[in-house]
Amino acid sequence: MTILAYIEQRGGQLKKNAFETITAARNLAASTGGKFSALLVGDGVAGLASQLAPYGAADVIVVEDARLAQFSSGAVSTAIAAVAVAESANVVLISNTLHGKDLAPRVAVKLSAGLVPDCVGLDINDGNVVATRPVFAGKARVDVAVTTPNKVFSLRPNVFTATAVEGVSAAARSASVNFGEKDFATRVVETKLNTGKKDVAEADVIVSGGRGFKGPENFNLVENLAEAFGGAVGASRAVVDAGWRPHSEQVGQTGKTVSPSLYVACAISGAVQHLAGMSSSKYIVAINKDKDAPIFGVADYGIIGDVFEVLPALTQEVNALHGK
Amino acid sequence: MNIVVCVSHTPDTATKIVVGADGKTIDPKGVKFIPNPYDEFAVEEGLRRRDSGTLTLLCVGDDSAKETLRWGLAVGADKAVLIKDAQRNDSFSVANSLAEAIKGLSPDLVLVGRQSIDYDSAQVGPMLAELLDLPVVSFVTSFQINGTTLIAERDVEGGKEVVETTLPCIITAQKGLNEPRYPKLPDIMKAKAKPIEERPAASTPDRTRTIGMRLPEKKQGGKILEFSPENVRELVRLLHEEAKVI
Repeated sequence: MTILAYIEQRGGQLKKNAFETITAARNLAASTGGKFSALLVGDGVAGLASQLAPYGAADVIVVEDARLAQFSSGAVSTAIAAVAVAESANVVLISNTLHGKDLAPRVAVKLSAGLVPDCVGLDINDGNVVATRPVFAGKARVDVAVTTPNKVFSLRPNVFTATAVEGVSAAARSASVNFGEKDFATRVVETKLNTGKKDVAEADVIVSGGRGFKGPENFNLVENLAEAFGGAVGASRAVVDAGWRPHSEQVGQTGKTVSPSLYVACAISGAVQHLAGMSSSKYIVAINKDKDAPIFGVADYGIIGDVFEVLPALTQEVNALHGK
Repeated sequence: MNIVVCVSHTPDTATKIVVGADGKTIDPKGVKFIPNPYDEFAVEEGLRRRDSGTLTLLCVGDDSAKETLRWGLAVGADKAVLIKDAQRNDSFSVANSLAEAIKGLSPDLVLVGRQSIDYDSAQVGPMLAELLDLPVVSFVTSFQINGTTLIAERDVEGGKEVVETTLPCIITAQKGLNEPRYPKLPDIMKAKAKPIEERPAASTPDRTRTIGMRLPEKKQGGKILEFSPENVRELVRLLHEEAKVI
C-alpha cells in the first residue's frame, strides 16, 4: 500500500488535523507494510515540512505555485491527484475539514477511486482498509470497504489521535503540477478570520448553551465557563434560531460537527439533531435541571441542576483548579 | 436563469434507526421520509433566482421519492424528473446519474443541499463539479451574481471565506442561505396533478461496499450527580483526575 497524506495548511499554518492525518497514514503504512508520503500544497509552504517530521513524515512532497496563496479546490484537488498518480499512491488520506470536504470527492473522481468520507476509524482486514463512519446523524455506524484499486478516505478532525515518533527527519522534495486555467475557476478572494474567539470546530473544550438560559444576556455564564476551560462557546439550534447567538457557534445537524476532548452541554435537552453534531466528543458533561433530559443518556458526567446555580459554581471550581 | 436543483428523499431527522435484516441498511418499516432539509434551502434559492427561467428538480430514487418531487412542485418548481433507481447506491453512482441528466439541461446554476441527512456524505456537489467540468462552491450561506460572476460566502473553521467563480456553476446550500417557504394547501393539491418525468439511472457500479451497519455502543453508566457545591467540586475532580481532560 502506498499512501499519500494530504496535509492541510491555511495561510502557511498547520493545525492539529495535519498531525492527525500524518499519524493515520503512518499507522496504516505500519500495519500493511506499506509506505507513506506527506503532501503540502500552497505558496511558500516547503518550510512546514520540518513540523511534520516529529509525527514520522520522512518524505514530504511540496507543490508550490503563487496562485495557490489562496485556497482553490479545483487546483488543490488537481495537485493531489497528479502527485498520487506520479507516486503510484493507491490510498489518499485527507482531513474532513471544510476544505477537505471540497477536495476528497474531486480527488476521488479524478483518480477513479471510491471514497469513504468522514471516517472515525480505519482498520485493516485481510490487507484491505475497512473504514468506519457515522451515518444518520450519528445514530448508526457503517463499516465500508472501497472496491476500486485507488481509495480515498477523509478523516473526521479530532478523532484520530496525533502521536509523535522520535528520530525521523523530513526530506522535502518539490513536485511540479501542470495547472490549467480552469483549475482556478473557483478561488478564495478573502478570508475573514474570527478575531479573539475560538471556533467550535477547532476547540478542544466546548461549552454549549441552550434555551434554558432564557435570553442572550445570560450567555455570559456560558462564556465565563468556556473561558475558565480555555474553550469555545457553542449553541443549540434553538438559541441560534432565536437570534441570541451567531450561526457560526451552532453545534448540531444544521450547524457544525465537533469532536472536542470535552463537551459541556448546559440547558440543552439533547435532541437528536444536537447529538448529531457532538456525540463523537471524547467526554460529554450534561448540566440540566430535567433529570430525564436525553442528553444525560450520552453523558459521561452530569449535574442535575439549574444552570443559573451550577455554572457560576463550576466556573469558580475550574478557576480554582487552575489557581485563579 | 435556468436552474437545476437536485433533491433527495430522506428519513426524517427524528427517525429511530433500526438496522434492517441485511445488516447493512436501515429497516424502512414505519420510517417517515421527508425532503432533505438542506435541499429545501437549495430549492428556495432556486425559486428566488429563477426570474423568467425554468427551475427543474432532479431526484434519484424509487417511486416513493415522488413525494419529495411533489413537495418541490408545490413550492413552485416548474419541472420534476425522477431518475429511477430501485436500490440505494453510493454517492458516486448518484452523482453520475444526476450529471447525465444535467448535461441535457445546460443550466446556468445547479443547486444542491450541502449533504443529505441519511448518509451525511457531502460528496455529490463536488463530484458533480468533476463530472460536469463546472466550478463548485460548497456550504454556501450567501451569494451574489453580477453578470456571470458569482461571489459566495461560506463558514469555514475559524472564520468565513469569500469565494469567487463564474457561471455556470454548482452551489451547495448551507443553513443560513435563506428561509425556505412552506407549500400552500391549494398548491399541494395542484402539484398532485403535475407530471413527473421519469428516466433510468446511469448504470454506474458502486465504488464502495457497505460491510455492515450497527448502532453505536451506548455509553455505560454516566456519573450523574445532583447539584450541590460538593458535587460541583467532585465533577471538576473527575474531569481532572479520571477523564484527565482539564
